[in-house]
Amino acid sequence: MIGVSTKNAASGDAISNKNQSAKDRKSTERVVHVRVLRQDGPGQASYWERHEIPYELNMNVISILQRIAQKSCTQDGRPVPPVAWDCNCLEEVCGSCTMVVNGRTRMACTSLVDALLVEDAQEIELRPMSKFPVVRDLVVDRRRVFHALKRVQAWIPIDGSFDQGPGPRISPDEQQDAYPLSTCMSCGCCLEACPQYTKIEIVKRPEETVEELGIRREAAFHREFMGAHAISQAMLFNNHPTGRMNAEERLSSLTSQGGIQMCGNAQNCVAVCPKSIPLTRSIARAGRAATVWAIKKLFDR
Amino acid sequence: MTHPRILVIGGGLAGLSASMRLAEAGADVDLISLVPVKRSHSVCAQGGINSVNSVTRQQGDSEWMHLDDTIYGGDFLQHQPPVKEMTDWGPRIIDLMDRLGVPFNRTPEGFRDHRRFGGTLYKRTAFAGATTGQQLLYALDEQVRRWEALGKIKKWEFWDFLEPVLDDSGRCRGAVCQDLVTMEIKAFPADAVILASGGCGLVFGRSTMSMVCTGGAVSRAYQHGAWYGNGEFIQVHPTAIPGADKLRLMSESARGEGGRVWVPRTPQDIRDPREIPESQRCYFLEERYPKYGNLVPRDIATREIFDICTNDGLSVEKDRLCVYLDLTHLSREMLDKKLGGILEIYEKFQGVDPRVVPMKIFPAVHYSMGGLWVDFQKSASGGLEEGSPRNQQTNIPGFYAIGECDYQYHGANRLGANSLLSCIFSGLFAAPGVLNSVASQPNRSAEEPARLFRSSVRRQEERHEALLARRGGKENPYALHQELGNLMTRTATVVRRNDQLAAAYDEVCQMEERWQHCSLSDTGNWTNQNVVFTKSLGDMFPLAKLILKGALLRDECRGAHYKPATSMPGIAATDPAGQRAEAAVWCDRFEANTKRWLKSTIAKADSHGNPNISYEEIDTSLIPPRPRLYGLVGGDVIEEVWKQRQANAHEAARQPALPPITGGVASDSIKGS
Ligand SMILES: Cc1cc2nc3c(=O)[nH]c(=O)nc-3n(C[C@H](O)[C@H](O)[C@H](O)COP(=O)(O)OP(=O)(O)OC[C@H]3O[C@@H](n4cnc5c(N)ncnc54)[C@H](O)[C@@H]3O)c2cc1C
Ligand code: SF4
Ligand code: SF4
Ligand code: FES
Repeated sequence: MIGVSTKNAASGDAISNKNQSAKDRKSTERVVHVRVLRQDGPGQASYWERHEIPYELNMNVISILQRIAQKSCTQDGRPVPPVAWDCNCLEEVCGSCTMVVNGRTRMACTSLVDALLVEDAQEIELRPMSKFPVVRDLVVDRRRVFHALKRVQAWIPIDGSFDQGPGPRISPDEQQDAYPLSTCMSCGCCLEACPQYTKIEIVKRPEETVEELGIRREAAFHREFMGAHAISQAMLFNNHPTGRMNAEERLSSLTSQGGIQMCGNAQNCVAVCPKSIPLTRSIARAGRAATVWAIKKLFDR
Repeated sequence: MTHPRILVIGGGLAGLSASMRLAEAGADVDLISLVPVKRSHSVCAQGGINSVNSVTRQQGDSEWMHLDDTIYGGDFLQHQPPVKEMTDWGPRIIDLMDRLGVPFNRTPEGFRDHRRFGGTLYKRTAFAGATTGQQLLYALDEQVRRWEALGKIKKWEFWDFLEPVLDDSGRCRGAVCQDLVTMEIKAFPADAVILASGGCGLVFGRSTMSMVCTGGAVSRAYQHGAWYGNGEFIQVHPTAIPGADKLRLMSESARGEGGRVWVPRTPQDIRDPREIPESQRCYFLEERYPKYGNLVPRDIATREIFDICTNDGLSVEKDRLCVYLDLTHLSREMLDKKLGGILEIYEKFQGVDPRVVPMKIFPAVHYSMGGLWVDFQKSASGGLEEGSPRNQQTNIPGFYAIGECDYQYHGANRLGANSLLSCIFSGLFAAPGVLNSVASQPNRSAEEPARLFRSSVRRQEERHEALLARRGGKENPYALHQELGNLMTRTATVVRRNDQLAAAYDEVCQMEERWQHCSLSDTGNWTNQNVVFTKSLGDMFPLAKLILKGALLRDECRGAHYKPATSMPGIAATDPAGQRAEAAVWCDRFEANTKRWLKSTIAKADSHGNPNISYEEIDTSLIPPRPRLYGLVGGDVIEEVWKQRQANAHEAARQPALPPITGGVASDSIKGS
């Protein structure tokens, strides 16, 4: 393999750098021990790797991963490729950086090292989410999260984007009700925590084209549980004065296979949502609306 | 012919609004983005979006006033017709976003609520909690998902734009992009390409921007022949929370809702800020700018904060520059309702409740006013001709730029809450022109010979493979990025000096050379973030160079670009006659400077990615340039003298013997002044 020779060639440098800097800081600086569950690609075996990072004030898990990338060698000085992870905003608003930190699913950017060290003074443990297929290391494939939004038609079906004047008048109470639901950043924490949400990993068949694989994947998504975030989005739009006009379509998908009846009401989801979205309230509302709708449909037949 | 196929690169507000409009008009859209579009940087915008509204209108506001504030705030460095069109569209855009379900804050009666932002005296800013950008982006993301479900838009998320593909005539026929998971490099034939890739904050290392804001995409376009305008105009936001990985923004809305900026009068007063009595606090913005107070335009607030810390030595802390931003006098209920989101950010990252303890903040790189040069076609009424293929088109036919990555709307300084507007506007407005441009083409790009695309793909594959194959280099790309960021932050942000800029330019050239010796710690071909980062780092140098060179050559102060050596101080005399005499000299100098420097900087890359700089005249046909006098000592006298001059010029122009110069300028000067 080509990779091996470079790794060996570079290792001398990395080790001497490390020793030198380790000596410099030994007396003054603390280190943070990090354990990362890595996986080189889909379908491959995962393995633990240990890293040691000098402690800095106000560090979060993102800065830990940045330092790991910069160093690119393990605790014992073995050169390794940087750990792969997703992030973008670094202020908990984009939903990219979800991972399992010290056993709990959360956003890496708001996981502050000081707080983590209180939970466990020995080390920080990073794992990818388990309900989504691993792409590499801490990066997982969350297409299913977005697919669920399509399922429940989480949008307002406007007539077109040409000017038609303002939207409906909305009371401050309604706005205050809708706003929290509308801050859902599709991070997937609620799905990771949900006992009813199980992993779907579709492996490409040799004879299959990328398009065919995509169709098979979507079909699988369609059969399984949509998740708390999608139920909550359906409620967001069903409560909007314009969105309401298509409430029945949304209720229809909520009550179809993989819909709200899958929810076992374990309420794990609401406990982990980083945006404190009242998911159980949405689920309860959706449940009631679905029941009423089902009865109505029965009578309409 | 088949439907036109348009490639949109970037799914922030600009890219999404263009995609929606294009799909609606019948085009097929390929939408590519480094991250799932719902995670684009636009979600970070907190404060709000500007437009005239029915309340401000009754207080004397108008689209024209919004235009005037934007131009004056931008120090006249932007072409005026596009800004006029944008401010005219403002109310319609807010209405549209309202219809899309954006949960704008409401008044008790159920109308949209508004707040005041910097650089204006009206409450023009609509907002949705403290996450307006997120809410606007989600609304557009939802519409795009709807079109995706209908098969009109195909998303390519986790893809990196590498280069535009140009045919022999120089027209853009598509682009080459790379899959960030499989690392596959692939051509996307397209009848037109729209770049909506956002800002380039990472050139400055840490900024308020998101991690994908590397500027890589614009740099690649620039290196392939697109011109770059006003690169040296970088907005440094006055109030950010210093952090190790990122400088997190504290939105201007904190001041909009009554937040006050101060420092203790005693240097590094160690007392708890809450125990420092009013008389021992220096509310320096309010003292120096009584009219705008804490809401002076950003460039001024930034310089004042920088100045009070570095020159007056009044930084709150000794080892770290910062000032207080105080909300503690405001009601908790109001703060939670209107600023909840941003206060949570402070609390989450600093572990301190800003409702109880004043926040510590300092300026940070925030926005790039400059960007790819784009064209426009002016209409008879002074705005833009709707549907013209020229609107938002770069100098490369068929290649468009919209959103933060164009240079069009904000001149030398952007007003708060104007960017979300310009992003959505440029996306919506560009779409019909793009389709008209395509309609004038004899064939579809998909019918172009395959070799056109193959050679571009091949070139990119070679670059990629060469990077992976580099051996034994000593440079670490992450460390080199930090070095670049520190250098740029030190020399090309708040205060600029020619000696430093020239030295920095040379240093960047050396760093670019050193980049050749970066070796990768990951040489694999699966989700290799190491090689993607190293590539984008390589593309930061051409941008850094054009920013530095533009700044070096521009020997004046304008908006965010401040060179103390060229600043024009206020009036020293105290007697009226002396004051008027000084004001006259000041106005002479101002006129000479306007003549010399009221021009956009245009950078064109040579074959090594080095900038050749030229200048472009600015269309000031609507509002004649006038001195920007926020808070200048003797500003009132200067204004008086200036108005007198304008009136005289106006009078002279009305003399029948004289040929009219340009009718619009003369008659509008009254309105503008
Ligand atoms: C913290 C913060 C707060 C702000 N608050 C406000 C505010 O209150 N009001 C206001 O008006 N403005 C505000 N702004 C400015 C405003 O948010 C941005 O200017 C605006 O969102 C930019 O939108 P955009 O669509 O141009 O680009 P972005 O939202 O940055 O999107 C860029 C898109 O391009 C994609 N992309 C980039 N490079 C590539 C590539 N190489 N290949 C493929 N895709 C690529 C990205 O994935 C992304 O989808 C704020 C900015 C910041 C940093
Ligand atoms: S309440 Fe429903 S959605 Fe939430 S965790 Fe439990 S089963 Fe899952
Ligand atoms: S509901 Fe909460 S946890 Fe679930 S995706 Fe949305 S923000 Fe994340
Ligand atoms: S990086 Fe955006 S949520 Fe953490």
